[in-house]
Amino acid sequence: MNPPSETAPRAGGRALLAVRLAWRQLRFEKTRLASAIAGVMFACVLVFMQLGFRAALFDSATALPQAMRAELFLMHPMTTATFRPEPLPRARAWQALAAPAVANAVPIYLAQATWRNPADGTRRMIQLIGLDVEADAVALEGLSPLKNALKAPDTAAFDLRSRPEFGPVGDMFAANGPLEVQVGNRMIVVVGTVALGPSFGADGNLVTSETNFRRMVRERVASMTDLVALRLVPGADVAAVQRDLRAILPPDVLVLTHDELVAHERRYWETATPIGFIFGFGSLMGLIVGMVIVYQILFSDIAGHLREYATLKAMGYGQGYLNRVVLGAAGILAISGFVPGLGVSIVLYDFVGAGTFLPLKMEAGRAATVFAMIFAMCFGAGLLAMRKLRDANPADMF
Amino acid sequence: MTPKSPIRMRGVSYAYGQGELRKAVLRDVDLDVAPGEIVLLTGPSGSGKTTLLTLVGALRALQEGAARVLDVDLAAADERARVALRRRIGFIFQNHNLLGFLTARQNVAMALELDRTADERARLARAGEMLARVGLAEHAEKRPAQLSGGQRQRVAVARALAGQPGLVLADEPTAALDKASGAEVVRLLREMAKERGAAILLVTHDPRILDMADRIVAMEDGRIVDNTVRITSA
Repeated sequence: MNPPSETAPRAGGRALLAVRLAWRQLRFEKTRLASAIAGVMFACVLVFMQLGFRAALFDSATALPQAMRAELFLMHPMTTATFRPEPLPRARAWQALAAPAVANAVPIYLAQATWRNPADGTRRMIQLIGLDVEADAVALEGLSPLKNALKAPDTAAFDLRSRPEFGPVGDMFAANGPLEVQVGNRMIVVVGTVALGPSFGADGNLVTSETNFRRMVRERVASMTDLVALRLVPGADVAAVQRDLRAILPPDVLVLTHDELVAHERRYWETATPIGFIFGFGSLMGLIVGMVIVYQILFSDIAGHLREYATLKAMGYGQGYLNRVVLGAAGILAISGFVPGLGVSIVLYDFVGAGTFLPLKMEAGRAATVFAMIFAMCFGAGLLAMRKLRDANPADMF
Repeated sequence: MTPKSPIRMRGVSYAYGQGELRKAVLRDVDLDVAPGEIVLLTGPSGSGKTTLLTLVGALRALQEGAARVLDVDLAAADERARVALRRRIGFIFQNHNLLGFLTARQNVAMALELDRTADERARLARAGEMLARVGLAEHAEKRPAQLSGGQRQRVAVARALAGQPGLVLADEPTAALDKASGAEVVRLLREMAKERGAAILLVTHDPRILDMADRIVAMEDGRIVDNTVRITSA
């Protein structure tokens, strides 16, 4: 309901007065205010953690494809994710060179192998990445200076950001230089470190040359590879080359752009696993719990002040003004719960990120999304609680 | 103030409930209150005086009859018009009904926030003047819980009169007060209404305050049974 016409020009000022009244009412009962803010904060932190985990999962799951430096890729159509590839004939790489715009074809070999922790001897599966390190098809921090060292037999570069269960390889390497580690049934020399990071599919990574990869994974058929990175001549039309290659190559390979490769990997985690759903559901639960808490607080505030609200109605305040008081209170709770919730989440992101080695980072976009969610949550609770205002009937005051 | 009668009712009837359960509480009531006049409404419980008060105060919709309050035709008024009319009426309740989380000054200022010609500073200054007028200048920043019953009701009087109403409606304003504070509240109410030319319609059982009235209207069974004009010494 709007104020009568003669007051319309100042309606904005009245909305502010309603919010101020809401704030004075909230402030008066400090315990209730504190529990309401804690409830909103709780919902806020829960949603931030869920969305943070989800984004970190997708970021880390696609870290390897993201690190690839090539315009087009060949992949077996049945490959669901890079940690579990379906091999494709390596000949497809050389066939692709038939397209004049393809400058270079780099087969990439992927497998999981057992790694024996050099400090305590425990074994764990590590992701092996084998490729021609000279080809620059993968941009990994720290890889370029190791090009020559990795040409030696039985050498590999260890991913520093692997989970700590693989052993303090980084510290040992920094202290004593190259060290021997058992991978599969072979002793391998770690000649350097790179930075990639674990994903939900792989706890750690080991980069090695094509030849050394075959030494470590003996059962592999030499004519098969797992992924082919195609680097094009400068200025080539990627879409046109992709079309040409689809025409040339048999249907046992997909021709993907870099974005498509990343999206394919991401889609696996989003749809083929319940992980995306779990975190989405967790966020929803957090919002519902928060909404119930805020509703309870607003409802009991109204129920406890029905006489006062009825008095305001008798004095000539319209239903619209009282609605704005309740929604104002909801808005205040949203903001005063979100701000500390954001702070706590930033601290927790650091803490949990360090514990799980997942890239948990606060992003402005996510903060805005969560704020919108929290605001909608409080606003919804306000709309529900507002129904109680109808019980404030000024005629019953006498 | 308005030169016409603030209250003019003709043949007003009102009933609660529907069908078989319908119970008439007002039957064919005529009532006029002149500008600045102070009218006491008395009568036993259930005589319909409170219902009459809520009708005059535009807190209920009129069912039958004709009524003009402060020049507004109640029969034709919708909820919005009634809300607008209520802004021009000062209300005083049996319980003070102050907002517990606001100071006395802020409570009085609430009556002025509806008038958007004044700014915040002017509203608080005016609220302070009203509180000083009811002898509560030193208590302006206290909350209702820190005030005595009589002081709270004086804040309520200040609030009801702050907006320069043409009419004040009061329901048993002294019921919860002892004799001295009740008399003080009524004296202030009467003085301030007279200063401003506001009419008062006051429902009461309290025989201690009958002498403040210009006129006493007695009700019984929904009808006005006595309409006495008193000669006041004040």
